[in-house]
Amino acid sequence: MLKKFFDWLFGRKPSPEKTQDVTQTAPLTEEQIQAIVNNQNPHFDLQQLIASCGQSVGKQRELNEDSLLALTATMAGNSGNLPFGLYIVADGMGGHQFGEVASNAAIRAVAGHILKKFHPYLFQVKTDTMDESFQEIMLEAVRDAQRIIQREAPGSGTTLTAALVIGQQVTVAHVGDSRAYFVFPDGRIDPITRDHSLVKRLEELGHITPEEAVNYPHRNVLYRALGQGELLDPDIFTIAFPQPGYLMICSDGLWGVVAEQDIVRSVVDAPSLQRACQNLVSAANAAGGPDNISVILAQLIG
Amino acid sequence: MAGVTLVNRYSIQDVIGVGGMGSVYRARDMHFPNVTKLVAVKEMINSAPDPLVRQTIVQNFEREANLLATLNHPSIPRINDYFSLDSRSYLVLDFVHGKDMEAIISDTNGFLPEEQVLGWAVELCDVLEYLHRHKPDPIIFRDMKPSNVMINSNGDIVLVDFGIAKTFQTGIKGTMIGTEGYSPPEQYRGEATPSADIYALGATIHHALTRRDPRLEPPFSFAERPLRRINTAVSTELEAVVARALEYNPESRFPTAADMKQALLGVAKKTGALGRMKTQTTPITQAGGIKPLWAFKCEDEVRGTPTIHQGALYIGSYDNNLYALNAADGKFQWKYPADGGIVSRPALYDGNIYFGSEDKRLHVVSARSGKVVWTYYTEGPIRSSPRIAEGHAFIGSDDGYLHAVNLNSGRASWRFEAADAVRSTPFVMNDLVYIGCETGDYYAVDYRGELKWRFHAKRAITSSTVGSANTIYFTSVDATLYALDPKNGWPLWRFRLGKPSISTPCIIDDFVFVGAADGFIYAVDARNSKEVWRYRTEHQVNGSPVIYKDSLYCGSVDGNLYCLEYRTGRLRWKFATQGAITGSPLVYDDIVYVGSTDHQVYALLA
Ligand SMILES: Nc1ncnc2c1ncn2[C@@H]1O[C@H](COP(=O)(O)OP(=O)(O)OP(=O)(O)O)[C@@H](O)[C@H]1O
Ligand SMILES: [Mg+2]
Repeated sequence: MLKKFFDWLFGRKPSPEKTQDVTQTAPLTEEQIQAIVNNQNPHFDLQQLIASCGQSVGKQRELNEDSLLALTATMAGNSGNLPFGLYIVADGMGGHQFGEVASNAAIRAVAGHILKKFHPYLFQVKTDTMDESFQEIMLEAVRDAQRIIQREAPGSGTTLTAALVIGQQVTVAHVGDSRAYFVFPDGRIDPITRDHSLVKRLEELGHITPEEAVNYPHRNVLYRALGQGELLDPDIFTIAFPQPGYLMICSDGLWGVVAEQDIVRSVVDAPSLQRACQNLVSAANAAGGPDNISVILAQLIG
Repeated sequence: MAGVTLVNRYSIQDVIGVGGMGSVYRARDMHFPNVTKLVAVKEMINSAPDPLVRQTIVQNFEREANLLATLNHPSIPRINDYFSLDSRSYLVLDFVHGKDMEAIISDTNGFLPEEQVLGWAVELCDVLEYLHRHKPDPIIFRDMKPSNVMINSNGDIVLVDFGIAKTFQTGIKGTMIGTEGYSPPEQYRGEATPSADIYALGATIHHALTRRDPRLEPPFSFAERPLRRINTAVSTELEAVVARALEYNPESRFPTAADMKQALLGVAKKTGALGRMKTQTTPITQAGGIKPLWAFKCEDEVRGTPTIHQGALYIGSYDNNLYALNAADGKFQWKYPADGGIVSRPALYDGNIYFGSEDKRLHVVSARSGKVVWTYYTEGPIRSSPRIAEGHAFIGSDDGYLHAVNLNSGRASWRFEAADAVRSTPFVMNDLVYIGCETGDYYAVDYRGELKWRFHAKRAITSSTVGSANTIYFTSVDATLYALDPKNGWPLWRFRLGKPSISTPCIIDDFVFVGAADGFIYAVDARNSKEVWRYRTEHQVNGSPVIYKDSLYCGSVDGNLYCLEYRTGRLRWKFATQGAITGSPLVYDDIVYVGSTDHQVYALLA
């Protein structure tokens, strides 16, 4: 009965090969009940992808060097329609004369490349699958952006965290220190990207402690950035969309300022994604707003 | 640029390199009209907008050029000339006939021999020592990496690219200075010391011996990727020397390049490379005479994969028989004769054994007695193995159909028409049946035999599918390992194999393992499709690897059964049979069972 309820709630079809019945017969915990309360989204018989975003220049900068793109659509495929989403945050490098040009060029180039590839599926009815894989398309898109930035804004750089959502698959391309997270209604928050920053690397190696990292003098030094270096190797991976849960992408103007647990609360407690984004931006500004703030939240329902 | 003559003297012939600051050209020096004297002309574009900055840059460039002109060492090309035209500066160097090390690494299939890299490393220590001892001030090379080292026609190394271009780079805030990947941690703080060159030399040797470009790895991650984890042929001695050069703290590295050279010579002495007596050093851990627990001889080749059930091992042979053997001692229990060879892997269900044969039939035999229960005819030889689910046996046939055979009636509930022979084994997950066929078409079919979606590879899909909740994996003769979304067939990623593959992948944790006709067993990261390691066998790998505890077992057409550590690809042992192994091993209760074309079935301790 309970399982049926969950299936209805999360729109799961009963699958015969599930082996997790053990957990499903246990009584509900407080968090689970809370999760249900927080998750009273309407049920759709088709999967729905929804998203919202928020941006602010912050309290201490004059210019906004962040760029952001959030695009949600439906795609035709060889087995019915599929949710399609493209979510990108780019943070132009502080101090560079062309910071905003770079982040903007990155978004245009990446989104342009990807949308060109998916055009027949989005705007015509193409039925056979593509040759190229999601990961290859993402890699080419990033390489394209790299070339364009080096041409249009030489010497500048930008971070890039892009998520392509197709059905339940999230393919992420990531360079720099913007971040993508999975946020779960039970209060967990998992960063799914790894910062390409010197300070993070030194921390990973155990040469400095997380406390030292906060005050490390070269906190802004990246070892990978779009537009920089002769060889660019973005992190590209595919992972299942959390259900129930949220995909969040943000610049360091948010994650560097607001504690993870406060981020989760802002997301989970909000009545809608728009409100959640607003709350996150306000929280970063309330904490001093030292940098530009950009955030995108996406959710897959059904 | 070809055809252009610079300063009336250097006739440009070709571009030989493109770098961060400009191009490198091969040119003919026209001051020697009667002979062909070739030079390398390195162009650096001065893009600073401010005229004062531009002027300073040119001055720095000329100062460095003058300094380099005073150097005299066989591993350093002579500087013949330099000049500036408009916003470009040029350096004219002796032309080195040869290839740079980066090109050598990428043009080599497999790993470079240790002895060869060792020889280059010793010469690189020599030239670094020369630079570091330069008076009045030591010269720091600053940019040691494979593309800046050339190997000339004598096989000796030459350092090109004296970081002179660095004066053209106005320090960019926010990113790292130096060549990412090869540079030590302290270089990011702006310190250039002899010790930094030693680290970069260590990184260069590491790259040459592992084929892993450090610019594509997280910085300072060498300690996590010791040489022998990637290239098992490297000696422990050399691994230790390289590790020391790559120490995080400068104090822990070799104090001078001369010390490092001594250590390298020590390695050469130990491994015998010094006397060049041996051409190759590949001391592989030989199985200390691994003895099989038992072996059973059939009357013809065993190309298939066994199945075990209640103490009995079932395996088919090209002598047309399906054998039942006692798994503990290999004693013959019974055999069942089909009318064609059996490569199909038997499936067990409800006391019966299901398998296909080249006699076109699906046979159902009692597991206990070996007596036939029923058979089902297809219209072509069967190489696929049956998969039992939902009261049906799903099996492919060379007749081009996927057959769904009702277990109660022994009759087809439906047949699904593929474009060509179906040799892969059906995979069943989430109410769908997945199969590939010999044209490269791939299908997901529901339990009623209706097509849900299809995908197309460029060549045959003979490999079977494996899958987890969100991804299915298979290989193709088009030399690709595919990862698709099981719900709709969209490709998540593709991984290039060296040659075609008919090997079925095997998955565990975040790894996908698979063999290919290039002789390699690959370990690929399931999330980002990057190679984790690869292991070279001596011939094609057609069977599927299997994982048991922390080992991977896989046969090769070279006749060996390999046991590798699955996380690192390091060889634990290998066992030689007298023929090719084309099927997959089976591991059960700490025993590995495998068939070989030498007609035998072997049982070994895992
Ligand atoms: N003297 C030479 N003779 C022959 N080939 C050369 C010579 N110098 C350079 N090359 C070739 O050109 C390539 C690039 O040269 P070099 O490393 O000097 O320039 P770069 O890479 O543009 O400089 P940087 O690494 O500072 O950006 C080398 O990898 C090598 O293949
Ligand atoms: Mg170079």
